[in-house]
Amino acid sequence: MNKSSKRFLALSHVMLMLLSVFLVAPFILLIIASLTEESTAIKYGYSFFPKVWSFEAYQYVLRNSGMFGRAFLITIVVTVLGVICGLTISSLMAYVITRRGIPGGKILTFYVIFTMLFNGGLVATYLNYVQIFHINNTYWALLIPNLLCNAFSIMMIKNYFQASIPEELMEAARIDGASEWKIFFQIVTPLSKPILATVALIMGLAYWNDWQNGLYYLDDTSMHGIQNVLNDMNSNAKYLMQFAGSSGATIPTTTVRMAIAVVGILPILCVYPFFQEYFAKGITAGAVKG
Amino acid sequence: MSKKKKQNLKRWIPCYLMALPCVVYFFINNYMPMVGLQIAFKNFNVRDGIWGSKFIGFENFKYLFASKDAWIITRNTIGYNLFWIILNTALGIMIAIFLNEVKSKMAKKVYQTFILLPYLISMVVVSYLAYAFLSEQTGFINGILNALGLPSVMWYQKANYWPFILTIVYEWKNIGFNAIIFLASLVGISKDYYEAAEMDGATKWQQIRKITIPMLTPTIVMLVTIGMGNIFRSDFGLFYQVPRNQGLLNAATNTIDTYVFRALLQTGDIGMSSAASFYQAAVCLVTILLFNGVMKKFSEENAMF
Repeated sequence: MNKSSKRFLALSHVMLMLLSVFLVAPFILLIIASLTEESTAIKYGYSFFPKVWSFEAYQYVLRNSGMFGRAFLITIVVTVLGVICGLTISSLMAYVITRRGIPGGKILTFYVIFTMLFNGGLVATYLNYVQIFHINNTYWALLIPNLLCNAFSIMMIKNYFQASIPEELMEAARIDGASEWKIFFQIVTPLSKPILATVALIMGLAYWNDWQNGLYYLDDTSMHGIQNVLNDMNSNAKYLMQFAGSSGATIPTTTVRMAIAVVGILPILCVYPFFQEYFAKGITAGAVKG
Repeated sequence: MSKKKKQNLKRWIPCYLMALPCVVYFFINNYMPMVGLQIAFKNFNVRDGIWGSKFIGFENFKYLFASKDAWIITRNTIGYNLFWIILNTALGIMIAIFLNEVKSKMAKKVYQTFILLPYLISMVVVSYLAYAFLSEQTGFINGILNALGLPSVMWYQKANYWPFILTIVYEWKNIGFNAIIFLASLVGISKDYYEAAEMDGATKWQQIRKITIPMLTPTIVMLVTIGMGNIFRSDFGLFYQVPRNQGLLNAATNTIDTYVFRALLQTGDIGMSSAASFYQAAVCLVTILLFNGVMKKFSEENAMF
């Protein structure tokens, strides 16, 4: 290694460390803000080194675990259901458009790809779901619009099927009289675990992080998931006050809002380090071959 | 239909059944709204619905383009996108080169984990993170300013700060995404080139300019073309959540997507919002087709269709 390379390696480390600090610092501030004593936060503002620490924000969240727990549960159920349904629908479609010689295969592929080129936009989608399907103020609104299935996932799975599953294997099974369903579930799916895991993670993330469907379609705040509760606290300063009546205490709003935000990202922070490679792979596969 | 043909079709019935859920879903979620776009040419009322409302031609568009909002939202949407495409590409390449330089597997993994972390967080949470820094009374930045004896800055009331704030937040959230994509193509470059260059005494900077950048060109073309195709779309979450829906900031934060949302669900002006929505969908189709054509010229395999 010559001198120039050595210097460059040192520079790389310095720059990446600075970048890491820039990217992670807001999370640390958020967590510390949620652990700051309320009157300290009001007087001195959020800081990385608060004068007085306290768990009162989390104690408050725990005391009101009914309401926050409900939002949390809604998000979990919608995420799990959404991933299971979405993954099934997408991978079935991906399988069909990779089937050689299927009459209308080209049309089906175009039918999928065209959704990437053109869409009706918010107004038409909203009126469609509200006026025709009446899914506003039902839990379907969290599950169905826009998130259930998309062309990018189908194309990612399709590319994997084409590249990694030998055609001869499926042909042999077909000659043995295996049905399409059997081939799909017993040959194709087990061989495609990496891509299915990647797509499932991306879908799960989209469901977990979604607040737009709740904002568009659900007026009743008791049906809101965790992201929508965070949004409600943003848009309505009195949102937390409505729960004061039941507990009878003043609410440490300055720190409680931060505590709820921490609770909202905690599952991602816990799961992510273990699946980091899948996420990275999913991003590259989706972008390069989308 | 001949008997043989019929039997042939019958063989494919299970496959068509497998495709059915997806076909139905796209029909409801994507194709019906496409037809629903006609609402932009109608005077919508709830009783008559999308099909029954009265046709009024370009009336809605006349109102939209007569307002000064049409110019502001177009300028903001395109302006931010253009600037961010350039910034994202430059920063993404830089970070990818630094990451590629790191030889220790452990260190590389740690950096990658940090770099992608913001990408996984919802825009609502991002708005909380931004608020912790920018809040007028309790924000971290005003705390520092006050400690230094300087007056607080009303971040959420002055539009002129927001092009910078939005740029920082956007890059904070998305920088890892581009870096990871560039890294994937960097890994594919053969080490031989660099070894040969080093033997000839090339400096690192020369190697980057003469080997790395040219090898990355296809990826750069691909990302820029995708960005240009989507130049008429904006990240609704970023422009709605991070400025906390403050009307005072509209000059700097209103884009087509936030305008459509506010007109539809906050002021209830379906005519204006559907006209803006149609305007966006139509221009998007043109830009995507145009830039996909450009992409095809450069590299057939990266074109979408």
